[in-house]
Amino acid sequence: MSILDSKIPAGPLKDKWSKHKADIKVVSPANKRKLDIIVVGTGLGGASAAASLGELGYNVKVFCISDSPRRAHSIAAQGGINAAKNYQNDNDSTYRLFYDTIKGGDYRAREANVYRLAEVSNLIIDQCVAQGVPFARDYGGLLDNRSFGGAQVSRTFYARGQTGQQLLLGAYAALNRQIAKGSVKSYPRHEMLDLVLVDGKARGIITRNLVTGEIERFGAHAVVLASGGYGNVFFLSTNAMNSNGSAAWQCYKKGAMFANPCFTQIHPTCIPVHGTQQSKLTLMSESLRNDGRIWVPKKKEDVEKLRKKQIKASQIPEEDRDYYLERRYPAFGNLVPRDVASRAAKERCDAGFGVNDTGLAVFLDFSTAINRLGKNIIEQRYGNLFQMYEKITDVNPYEEPMMIYPAVHYTMGGIWVDYNLMTTIPGLYALGEANFSDHGANRLGASALMQGLADGYFVIPYTIGDYLSKDIQTPKIDTNTPEFEAAEKAVREKIDKLLHMQGNLSVDDLHKKLGHIMWEHVGMARNKKGLEEAITLIQEVRKEFWENVRVPGKNEEFNQELEKAIRLADFLEMGELMARDALNRNESCGGHFREEYQTEEGEALRDDENYKYVAVWEYKGQNETPELHKEELVFENIKVAQRNYKD
Amino acid sequence: MNLKLKIWRQKNAKDSGRFEEYHVENISPDTSFLEMLDILNNNLIHEGKDPVVFDHDGREGICGMCSLFIDGRAHGPDDDITTCQLHMRKFKDGDTITIEPWRSAAFPVIKDLAVDRSAFDKILQAGGFISVNTGGVPDANAIPIPKKDADEAMDASACIGCGACVATCKNGSAMLFVAARVSALAKLPQGRIEASRRAKAMVAKMDELGFGGCTNTGACEAECPKGISIAHIARLNREFICAKLKD
Repeated sequence: MSILDSKIPAGPLKDKWSKHKADIKVVSPANKRKLDIIVVGTGLGGASAAASLGELGYNVKVFCISDSPRRAHSIAAQGGINAAKNYQNDNDSTYRLFYDTIKGGDYRAREANVYRLAEVSNLIIDQCVAQGVPFARDYGGLLDNRSFGGAQVSRTFYARGQTGQQLLLGAYAALNRQIAKGSVKSYPRHEMLDLVLVDGKARGIITRNLVTGEIERFGAHAVVLASGGYGNVFFLSTNAMNSNGSAAWQCYKKGAMFANPCFTQIHPTCIPVHGTQQSKLTLMSESLRNDGRIWVPKKKEDVEKLRKKQIKASQIPEEDRDYYLERRYPAFGNLVPRDVASRAAKERCDAGFGVNDTGLAVFLDFSTAINRLGKNIIEQRYGNLFQMYEKITDVNPYEEPMMIYPAVHYTMGGIWVDYNLMTTIPGLYALGEANFSDHGANRLGASALMQGLADGYFVIPYTIGDYLSKDIQTPKIDTNTPEFEAAEKAVREKIDKLLHMQGNLSVDDLHKKLGHIMWEHVGMARNKKGLEEAITLIQEVRKEFWENVRVPGKNEEFNQELEKAIRLADFLEMGELMARDALNRNESCGGHFREEYQTEEGEALRDDENYKYVAVWEYKGQNETPELHKEELVFENIKVAQRNYKD
Repeated sequence: MNLKLKIWRQKNAKDSGRFEEYHVENISPDTSFLEMLDILNNNLIHEGKDPVVFDHDGREGICGMCSLFIDGRAHGPDDDITTCQLHMRKFKDGDTITIEPWRSAAFPVIKDLAVDRSAFDKILQAGGFISVNTGGVPDANAIPIPKKDADEAMDASACIGCGACVATCKNGSAMLFVAARVSALAKLPQGRIEASRRAKAMVAKMDELGFGGCTNTGACEAECPKGISIAHIARLNREFICAKLKD
């Protein structure tokens, strides 16, 4: 039997969560007061968890790397949050949201987790409205919805193009209320640098105060990791500059297994790269695909003229435009899932139809919608996104179509968790993007917000009680123990080593090198040869980093280069695991596209016989090959089929 | 583009600080302002010098982390944007650009261009929330809310907490920030219940933390990257006065 026990409750799918909640233990209010919980991260998952656990009466300490919990990168989510409310009477249901999510994830997610996610989705919307989240409403005063990729119903709730911000402000407000009450203590500008295990259980963390450089120890009965994804391994991504995978990676190195690291989401609608000096890519919301039509010219001569700026896109007549998503996927059109839309854009650009001077861009055109609905309506729906686009590119999208291209956006892979969201380390939990559980090989739009809040508001407050109920006799965790001492020492040694190298390359120089390797070989299209090459190349950059990086300044100060260096050291290890995982998975599924495995039409070709499993990697030591474990995926309620968005 | 930069350097909160001059060359007009600073910092590291510390994160105009005073304006010479959305095409080749941190008694400098804005968190902790616990709330459509009210709440809730209003105000007042939150919640039936208590508590905390008073100059509105209207300050004043009258 596999060493991985997913702890999925028995019984019919729709009853699993209710039955599980009834079966698990709870902790009495008097005992909750005696238990400490550390939450790392204050995005939707972390903030909602910390607030909810504080409300229950636990002593919570919450850590974030920003100057305020409100700045976590969930804030940048634009389009919306899914829920199976069926307010539109368009035949949505818990089952349909579940089905769409499993199918969207290309049958590589767990049925039970996804069903629970769909089940609690409605509670999230209720909760957010009660907190004062100003969702969009109709004239009758009821909530409005729109559509997102991979769905044929309108189930996405939104607050203009700032849904992530509004949901995070809701969770942050709930968190602030607990901070004021004293049940939660907040540690902004603190970065978790290691996890501390005592007798095999997660019992605390080591942090660095980013302002003073002070290395501190914190003990707790359980640790909840909500530190987000690792998309920044690619250097250029839509992630915030400070988003990183280090907290998760330290947990991996302490024994938390890492699942499906190669499952990376490349988002189809981002502002294209313009030069070599760029630090960050900007996302344009998927919601734009509700009214925007994606196309490239049919004729190569038009492409040439566009690149030479001899004509504008708006001058190309309708009959000479190739609306390739509508052509290839008539049933879903411009609203196919992200992986499908990204690959289709790449296919057109590779065929020589890319429209900007780099040849790596396609059009996202609103002229049809503006003619049909009027500029006012479009402005109401997407005004802030249009403004953002114009500020960045100097092009007015009301007059000329936007130019977009895929970019790294989200990581479906993450720390492996069981049904309770517990990792393979007892007492260590992972929520939101930091875990792997709900999105399979491709996440649907507006589902990240749903998962973060589901985990934080409605799952962890229940499941952590079951674990802590066995810990009520455990006194406060003493941090003056050899375990904490050893962890702190290792952190200090690593920092010293980084500061003493004084080589010739900056952290960014090396991070860009890693990013190029990742994008080239572990990006939108992968193959055996490229992945093998990537592993060697990453090892070379890693060696170069540890011999030749230059980190200025000292530890005992606000040292942003040191922060970056610590994170890059981990990215240089994660990148290799991602390549290894991609190499192991001899199939194409969702965001993982192996060129060797495709249908005649260029669609992803899964191999359910051999790869219908979660690839779970166990750390075996520095420079050792990690060990692969498999969690077989069992589909009892959904017929596994090739994804079809054509009819 | 080639540019001369006059940048505020300050080792820590106790250091008195000074301007230092730097040069950057061959900057593309399509480069963002913060990317220009990334380029400068990379050069400084290669020259063995200390890079300039500045706060930044999401770089999409929404996290509120970036906080630069550029040529005498919060978030620089463009309207309705944050520093991260400012692009070099707004400058001319050969320009001298002056870059300073937010300057306000309530936002002490941590280092160089980064300041401590934790006072904003403290104000919100004093009452910037609706007192509901997780779970046990009514269905989201149980209380219809007029679209106009929801839209106005959204307008106010667009605040990103960057602090440009405070940095711009000659009195260092946080009235626009406080008003935006008070207004966002007071416009909704869910938030009405605690509106009076909230307004009093947040204003009291703002005063306690050393922010200045509001003299209605409107500078905050002009420099707010999200265009938040000072009409919200009027609403805050109304909430506050009504609350005080009831005391």
